This record gives sequence, structure tokens and C-alpha cells, in this order.
Amino acid sequence: MRRVFSSLWLAVCFACASLLATQSLAKEAVPMAQEPEVEARLVKIAEELRCMVCQNESLASSHAELAEDLRREVRDLIKGGKNDAQVKEFLVARYGDYVLYRPEVKPLTWALWFGPFLLFLIAAVGLVGYLRQRRQAMPAPAALSEAERARAEQLLKD
Amino acid sequence: MIPELGHFALILAAVVALIQGVLPLAGTVRENLAWQALARPSAALQFGLVAVAFACLTSAFLANDFSVSYVAQHSNTLLPKPYQVAAVWGGHEGSLLLWVLLLALWSVSVAIFSRSLPLAMVARVLSVLGLISTGFLAFILTTSNPFERLLPAAPEGRDLNPLLQDPGLVIHPPMLYMGYVGMSVAFAFAIAALLSGRLDAAWARWSRPWTVIAWTFLTFGIGLGSWWAYYELGWGGWWFWDPVENASLMPWLVATALIHSLMVTEKRGSFKAWTVLLAIAAFSLSLLGTFLVRSGVLTSVHAFASDPSRGIFILIFLALVVGASLTLFAWRAPQVTLGGSMGLLSRESLLLSNSVILVVATAAVLLGTIYPLIIDALNLGKLSVGPPYFNLVFAPLMVPLLFIMIPGTVAHWREARLSDIVHELRFVGLLALALALLLPLALGAWSFGVVLGLFLGLWIALGTLQQVLFRVRKPGRIGASFWGMHLAHFGMAVLVIGITGVKSYEVERDVRMGIGEQVTIAPYSFKLVGLQDVKGPNYNAVRGEFDVFKDGQFLEKMYPEKRRYFSSAMPMTEAAIDSGFMRDLYVSLGESLGGTPAQWSVRVYYKPFVPWLWAGVLLMVAGGLLAALDRRYRRAVNKAAQPA
Amino acid sequence: MKKFLIPLALFLGLVVFLAVGLKRDPREIPSPLIDKPAPAFRLPTLEGSQPFGPEDLKGKVWMLNVWATWCVACREEHPVLVAFAQKNAVPIVGLSYKEIQPQDEQGGKLAPEAKLQLARERSVVWLQRHGNPYSTTVMDLDGRVGINYGVYGVPETYVIDRQGIIRYKRVGVVTPQLLADKILPLIRSLETS
Repeated sequence: MRRVFSSLWLAVCFACASLLATQSLAKEAVPMAQEPEVEARLVKIAEELRCMVCQNESLASSHAELAEDLRREVRDLIKGGKNDAQVKEFLVARYGDYVLYRPEVKPLTWALWFGPFLLFLIAAVGLVGYLRQRRQAMPAPAALSEAERARAEQLLKD
Repeated sequence: MIPELGHFALILAAVVALIQGVLPLAGTVRENLAWQALARPSAALQFGLVAVAFACLTSAFLANDFSVSYVAQHSNTLLPKPYQVAAVWGGHEGSLLLWVLLLALWSVSVAIFSRSLPLAMVARVLSVLGLISTGFLAFILTTSNPFERLLPAAPEGRDLNPLLQDPGLVIHPPMLYMGYVGMSVAFAFAIAALLSGRLDAAWARWSRPWTVIAWTFLTFGIGLGSWWAYYELGWGGWWFWDPVENASLMPWLVATALIHSLMVTEKRGSFKAWTVLLAIAAFSLSLLGTFLVRSGVLTSVHAFASDPSRGIFILIFLALVVGASLTLFAWRAPQVTLGGSMGLLSRESLLLSNSVILVVATAAVLLGTIYPLIIDALNLGKLSVGPPYFNLVFAPLMVPLLFIMIPGTVAHWREARLSDIVHELRFVGLLALALALLLPLALGAWSFGVVLGLFLGLWIALGTLQQVLFRVRKPGRIGASFWGMHLAHFGMAVLVIGITGVKSYEVERDVRMGIGEQVTIAPYSFKLVGLQDVKGPNYNAVRGEFDVFKDGQFLEKMYPEKRRYFSSAMPMTEAAIDSGFMRDLYVSLGESLGGTPAQWSVRVYYKPFVPWLWAGVLLMVAGGLLAALDRRYRRAVNKAAQPA
Repeated sequence: MKKFLIPLALFLGLVVFLAVGLKRDPREIPSPLIDKPAPAFRLPTLEGSQPFGPEDLKGKVWMLNVWATWCVACREEHPVLVAFAQKNAVPIVGLSYKEIQPQDEQGGKLAPEAKLQLARERSVVWLQRHGNPYSTTVMDLDGRVGINYGVYGVPETYVIDRQGIIRYKRVGVVTPQLLADKILPLIRSLETS
């Protein structure tokens, strides 16, 4: 009986010791952001916005002071209940289309947004048309006639 | 003295390049064999002279000669020696000298490894390369001289941009430039073929290994750039669709199309005009990239300091080279013969589809890159085109391309039947689909994008494996190009799965941490156990010590740093990365937040599948090397070397 | 045969755009606020008691100049503004933009009143040394008003008409040339309309 207890006790000690050895009960770090959901939305929106003073960086990743200020504005707008479109509108009204990394779809950018797919369709149609036309220009060689086939076999035998 | 020697060598090199560019070509027109024979020696001499110039600039850096303006701008006595050498190409002037050196290297390689080619062909090819060299050397000598003196000499250099003080700088630009510049060889062969009027399967066979080697270097260079950005910039991104990145991707896409098109031209004599056009396009995009990066026309973190005169020179050069090539194309291409016949569904038509999709994708990237410029030029305002656009437009275009990769390798030449292809690939298709539908459940989140990405990657991987297995069972020698092709395709599959995985499953935590605190991204946790000050050769840093646990078990330590270089006000973050087979753990120190006890902002990332990105690129590089070194290319060389 | 000329044609079109692009500055962003009402604000002034806003200058044509004591380029354009203010009866309102920078608060965050006081002190000293062309200076400490005006760098200058509509924005230093060629003629035409 005593042996059971002592081995049990030993097992418990061992377990505690190994737990402490592997990972002490450390305090979980607090997120930088005050409100993670707001921050998550901020990052998502800010990734599609341009840092006005950087050499091609997004508002989400830039460390510039203006970027901090603009992120603060966006955060306030999100907390104020604005949706993504309204946030973008706020910035575009002040900084112009330049601030959007995803250009709006409007007549000015139709060529940009629809161009590639239009080009793809034209290319696909053109490709098929070309192959067909090529086929007509060069029909597959006519099948051998009987006499020609016999001659071919004869030659092969030699 | 040495800088002047280097400058003089460059001037001589320009003269020799001009001779190399004009006389052999004139020799082919006038049928003057002596002039044609000047091609090889002048290429060798030009290389020697440019190498001397390059050596002079390098020695100026190693000697800390701050009386040379370029050295003073990009180096420093405290800069470690390897970076002093790499700093040679750390700025505009020096990187152009590297360009010209590598162009001369490619030219002299063509001169050496072309014994089986007729002299007239060699003369034309080397002439074209010589003319391009002349243009670049003239550009350097008139607007971008790296040997310009700074008098009185600066007592100390400004130092190399801390972002560039990294092994990445030592290897990324040379590899990338080898690729960019290497496209000039395929271009030169194409122009030579147009000039001679001889556009045939032989031309395609000669061009192909050169194109594949250049493509391999370009793949490696782009991959290195991506990898470098990933670990250097501290926020774990690896592709931003920055204009300069796009400038390297566009030639790569067209070069891929070119390699596949050359295959058809070599085998069936078809698509000659298209292949020639692709060869012209690949190098034109290299030149266009040079323009975009150095003219100040587009904003980019990557761009060199610009100068309107440089922009004008490059634009004129670009206009002349490409304009002349396309005019020659328009003149000669109509006379090209059609080549073999092919069915609507055949290996040829699938390879042609590959070309077409890649060209459309290239056009899309080009459109997105220069659209802001076009709108501004039309006085319609300023707008930005960034990653959201490119991701939305490029990815869908890749889907059909990736899909037809496998039928393309299975289909018969000349005439293929859909039922045959479906029959051969039925197991692969079903297995890939099943795995693609099930794996996301195991990986964490299920979405259409993940399924599509996984399906395409598995489709290619399994399809490739199946074909390799079928082939090894058959008798007969298997050439290196077979292994190369499938290895490269398999690498593409790995890359696609990597991209899908990392985009869908990466996790980021941005926290404030004090010593003793931890952050968890299951099943990993990262505990900050210490912060210490460290001194580097030309910087001071704070180094964080993190204990990393997996499922409660100690895994290892990670040491991210925040550095302050003496020469720069901007602090630099050196992320700590632990790479495994399936994932990267990425820890980046932010700022000190003060307070007692001291707190720091820390970013921790769990990035699954990131190592697959680099593995995929390396597999493609290995595949390219194998394919280029196939014996049939070398056999021709050896045969010609034997006494007649 | 003509189809083989398409690549050349496309390329030449591209070259034309690139050539035009060489003359453009990709960093110069036009303001969407031109011909729109100047955003309202009420900010404390440098001088003291009463806050100021753009409504206070309705009926007049005036200029708004964004500056700060830490802005090096502002020192370059300042004499030009001072000379302009002496010769012309056009009010120039200074917008002191984010005078207090992060490094000023490294020892510890300042209370709003302390911030305003420090900003005022610094600005007064600076204006005494370099001259004061402003009829009044408003203190935009957190940069919010600047953001509403689309400010992304200093210095920036606006011309606003009698109805309070922004008619012109200059990003970067104001040169005597620019004043003579663009700004002054614009102001004259706005005053007579």
C-alpha cells in the first residue's frame, strides 16, 4: 500500500517537475491593438490603401508618421460604425484616387479591369480560328492507296 | 590611377563593342569572311576590357577610395568586406557595369560554345550582342560613369543602405541580371535568323539551351529577391507587385512561353514567326524593365535614383532596338513557312495555348504597371494600381495555364484525342480532386480558393509523377531534358501549393510583451525571456531572446534584433525565422514601448507552406539546368570539335 | 501581311506614353479638393484667445500655408511668403501642422495644454527669427485638420476664394516664379469676380 502511495506521489512530482521544466505558467501577452476585431478590419482595409508618403507601400505596413495618423482616422471611422466603402470614400475625398490600391471600377478604369479578360477572350477565339484556318490550308496527307501501301510494305521488307 | 584605368578600359570596350557590332554583320552582307571571323575575338576582347573595368571599380571599393564619387556614396570603412564587394552593384552606375559585364560574359560564352554553328550565324548573333553592348557602354560613359572623381575626396563614405547589407545583395542582383541579360542571346539568335532569312528547326535547336539557361537564372534571381524581401523586410511578405518586381516577372513569363514555343518549332517547324516574336518580346521586356527602374517614371522602393537624362537615353535606346527588331519582324515574318500540320487538339495546340495565356498574363501585368502612367500622361489624374488588382486579375489567368500543363505533356503530337487524354489522366484527376477537397479540412479552413489552388498543384504534381513512372518502365535511355521538364513542372506544383497554403493559413499576432510573457499561435508559443544590447561591426542592436515551445515542449530559441546602423537614422529590424519542412515561424521585434517593466511591441507569424515557395523555385531551377545540359546539345558541339 | 505590323504599332504607342511619362512627376498628387468648399474647423491660434476657422474670412480671397518649425523646406519658402505678405493685401493664414513630434514625447506623453503651450512657444520664437507673414496662425497639433485638407507633406499652400472654395493647391515650396505666374494672377481674378 505504502509503495503504491509513494510511487503515485513520485509520479505526481515528476509530472509537475516536467511541466515546470517545459513551460512555466507564463502570462499571455496582450495584443497591441485595443480592440482586435476593429484592428482586423483596419488591417484588411489598410492593405488596399496606399501610404501617401512612401515609395509604394500599403497603409497597413508603413511606419511613416502620416500612415500612423491615417490609420488612427480609419480606426475612428470603423469604431464610428462606417463600412468599408465609407472609409474609402473619406480618404478619396481628401487624397484622391491615388490612395486606393484597388482602383474603382469606373469608365476611367474599364480598360484596366476588363482589358485582360477581353484580351483573353480575343486570344482564345483567335487561337481557335487560327488553328482551324491552318488546318484548312494544310489538309492531313491523304491516306495511301492500295498500290502505294503494297509498295511501302515491299520496301520495308527489304 | 586605378579608376582612370577602369574608365579607359570602358572606353576601349565601347570601341571594341562597336567593332563587334558592325564589322561581322557587315561581313555577312558583303560575304567577307575575315570580317565575320572578327566576331569571336572581338567578343573575347570586349569581355576582357569590361572585366578590367569591373575589377578596377571593385578594387576602389576594397581600398576605400572615397575620391571616387560612387564609392563614397555607397560604401564606408566600417562596411564588412563582402558587402564592400557587393556594394559595387548597390547603386545605379555600378549595377549597369555589372549588366554590361554579364552581357559580355554571355557574348563570349556564345563565341566559345558555337563551334557547330555556321560562321555567318555566329557573326550575326555576336554582332547583335555587340550592338547592344555598345548602347549600354555608351549609356554608362555619357550619363552614368562609376569612375567619376569626387574632389576633394570624402573622408568617409556614406555607407551602403542598411537594407542592402545582407547576403541577399551579394547574390540576388548577379543572378537576376544573368537572367535579364541572358534573354539577349535568344533575341540575338532571333534577329540573326530574321536577317539571314533562315528560320528553321535548326535555329530553334540552337536557341533553346541558351534560352533555358537564361530562364533558369531569371527564375533563381526572382526567387532570391522574393526570399530576401521575406526575411529582410520584417513583415513576412514575399511579393508586392511592385513595378520593379513586375519588371522581372514579365520577361520571365514570356521566356517561359518562348521555351515552350521553341519546342514546337524545333520538333515540327511550326510557329516560327510566333517564336521569333516571343524572343524579341522577352528581351524587349528586359530593356523595358531597365527603363522603368532607372528613369524615375514609376515610384518604387526598388528604383534607383533617377535623372531625366538617363531616362531619355534608355527610352531612345529601347525605341531603337525594339523598333528596329519589330520592323525587321514585320518585313521578314510574312515569308516564313508554315511548318507541320496539327489538329485543333494536339500537343502543338496546347503548347500554343500555353504561349497565348502567358502573353495575356504578361499584358495584364504590363497594363497594371503602366496604367497610372498612361492616365497621368492623358492628363486624367493620378491613380494607383496595387496588389488587389494584380491578385484579382493574374490568378484567374493562371488557372487554365496550370490546368493544361498536364494534358500538354500527355497529348500526342499532330493529332490528339480528348478521350485518350481523359482516359490517361482519369486517376490523377480524381485523386487530385479528392485530396483537394479533403486536405483543407485537415489544415484548418475550407474555401473555394484553397480547393482550387490545391487541386491545381496536386494535378500537376500527380500528373508529373504518373508520367515519370510510365516512362521509366519503358525501355530506352531517358535524356536529361525529360527529367528537367518534369522536375521544373513539379517545382511549379510545389510553388502553387506553397502559395495557396501560405495565403490561406498564415496567422499573425501583434502584441506587446514584457519579459516573462508569451504569445501563442497553436500549437506554438513564444516566450520572451530576455533582451540584451549587442554591438555589430557598423551597428548597435537590441536582441530579443525567445523560447519557443510546441505543444508545451521546448523547441528552440529565436533571436530577433532591432538594429541601429551608425550611418542611418532608420532602425532596421532583423527578423528571427525558424524554417521547418511545412512551416516558418517568424518573430519580429517592433519598438520599445517603455514603461516599467519594459515592454516591446512584437510581431509573431505562423506561416505554413512558406518553405514550399523556395523549394518550388529551387526545383524549377534544377529542372532548367538539367534540361539545358541535355546531351543532344552538347553532342553537336563535340561533333563539330572533332577533326573533319 | 499587315498583321505583322501590329506588334510594332503597339510598341510605338507604348513609347509615346513612356516619353510623355518622363516629363511627369509620379509623386505629385493633384488634390480632389479643388473647387470644393474648404473644410471647416475651429482651432486655437498662436496669438491667444479666440479660435479661428475659415468662415471668419468669408468674403475675402486668402491663402492657407501649412508649415512647422521642424520643416526644413519651409525655411526656404518663408522669405518668399514674408515678401509677398508685405506687398499684397492678401491674408495668409498659417497652419502649424503637427508641431509636436513623437520624439518630443519620448520622455512621456504631454498633456494637451502643455502640448499647445510648447507648440506656441516654439512657433513664436521661429516666426520672430524668420519673419511672420501670417495674419493669424492656427495650431493643428494632431494633424486632423491637415488630413481633412489632404495634407501629406509640408509645406503646402492653398488659395481660397470669397465663397470659401479652394481654388488652388501647391504641394512643396512656393517660389517667386510660382507666385508671379500662377498664384497672384489667380488671386487677382478671384478678387474681381
